[in-house]
Amino acid sequence: MPAKTVTVQRPELNFWEKIYLPEIFRGLWITASKFWRNIFVHTAHRLGLMKSVEAAVTIQYPEEMRPTSPRLRTRHRLTQREDGSPRCVSCMMCETVCPAHCIYIVAGEHPDPNVEKAPKSFVLDLGKCVYCGFCVEACPEDAIRMDTQIHTIAAYSREEMILDMQELLNPSPGGMPQKTFYGKKS
Amino acid sequence: MLEQLAIKTALSVIMVAFVMSIAGLLTWVERKQSAVMQDRVGANRASIFGFRILGLFHPIADVIKMVMKEDFTPSGAQRFLFTLAPVVSVTFAIAAVAAIPFGPELQAFGRTISLQVAQLDIGLLYIFAMMSLGVYGVILAGISSNNNYAFLGGLRGASQMLSYEITLGVAILGAVMVYSTLDLQGMVMAQGKHLWGLIPMWGIIVQPVGALLFMTAALAETKRIPFDLPEGESEIVGYFVEYSGMKFGMFFMTDFIETILVAMIMTTVFFGGWQVPWLFADGIHWPWGGVVAMSHGVVVGLQVLSFVFKVVAFIWFFMIIRWTLPRFRYDQLMRLGWKYMFPVSLANIVITGLVLVLIG
Repeated sequence: MPAKTVTVQRPELNFWEKIYLPEIFRGLWITASKFWRNIFVHTAHRLGLMKSVEAAVTIQYPEEMRPTSPRLRTRHRLTQREDGSPRCVSCMMCETVCPAHCIYIVAGEHPDPNVEKAPKSFVLDLGKCVYCGFCVEACPEDAIRMDTQIHTIAAYSREEMILDMQELLNPSPGGMPQKTFYGKKS
Repeated sequence: MLEQLAIKTALSVIMVAFVMSIAGLLTWVERKQSAVMQDRVGANRASIFGFRILGLFHPIADVIKMVMKEDFTPSGAQRFLFTLAPVVSVTFAIAAVAAIPFGPELQAFGRTISLQVAQLDIGLLYIFAMMSLGVYGVILAGISSNNNYAFLGGLRGASQMLSYEITLGVAILGAVMVYSTLDLQGMVMAQGKHLWGLIPMWGIIVQPVGALLFMTAALAETKRIPFDLPEGESEIVGYFVEYSGMKFGMFFMTDFIETILVAMIMTTVFFGGWQVPWLFADGIHWPWGGVVAMSHGVVVGLQVLSFVFKVVAFIWFFMIIRWTLPRFRYDQLMRLGWKYMFPVSLANIVITGLVLVLIG
């Protein structure tokens, strides 16, 4: 098959575009009008007026958060029974389905004879987690969910990325349990 | 004699304080103005005891950072020239401001004080000399850094600034011919007249082409976008690659001081300096008749304020240009300088001369 030649028609600059000046003033007009509009709106905001008009698209991050969709997969939590104990029955479904092998469950007896088992320990390594959400889908008891809306996950060491059952049942409001600072106990 | 010395010292202190404080503020203005132009908020995080006052602490934080930072000299650099380069840049930029008149003659304490640091008959030539010497800072930094990119930046800076210096000088000759003086105070005085008693005879009215050419060439002299070829931060970083700490800070300040200097020259030569339209020594004479009488102090105060206002307006305009236009390519820069601006400035002189002869 012969190669097809495409001739691109480049627009020729006319005289006024070649001497730059009108185009420069057009550009300056756009930015300058934007400047005065935003200055006006900023001033109005300071005086408590025109709150519905935005002067900047910036989200002031630590104070303001971008709204997240409720179906966004964020940090995990373990749901609780009415008495505060975990709903988890240590069926090992999530541990088995997890492609990253980041869940470690040690099963134990549950005091209630109607419930077969309860986790002695439930450890989740966020350093390995790939946020696929398979654990949530696999769980028959609705015991694990990824709906905390926490996505500020950072720690100073790999050990701090490992969450225990206590943390999973009661997620820290800051996002991660702040235990150490550069490996030192604070 | 001693009183003269004291007055001159006071004037120079005022001028240096004005220029340096504006230059310090410009780091903040640049961030905030660009942010407002681009629908952003801009730097607002530096705080003292929780007070942020629109991010005005950022210049202070910058200075502290600059001073505390390691002052590094690369191996193989020529230490003396390496240290000299930023000093040369900043010194000549500040020295040029001395010839700018920021007010008329003030009658106070039984003597006449001209509000100008250096009353030079050749003020304009002095300013050009100082601006040309500023090139040495760029070249010395490029040569002494022992870095190929710095060397390239220095070369580019030298050729760009020399090319535009010619247009700079020729473009302003038209204004010199109209006012027939090189004294800047005399130039401002000459702009106090009014056409038909209505339009102030500012340089922009009598020399519009000269003003435009001069502004373009002067912006090229400040080495900021769209003429930042010596810097070229996305490709070669430029003549100050190897500088850190306050030495870099001095180059940074030089850019801002030169912006202020250019704004001052534009104001003085083309926008009536400290002149206020229809304001004469005894008050405002409205063009439609009627006089608002004012005392000498009020008139001088208004005129100094008008000078400051015009300078600030020009700085704002230069900032808008810097944050709007993209950079020229090197060949475009040279073509613009030599093939368009230089001939047009020559034609401007010829036409100005013809018109002056015809008017008589």
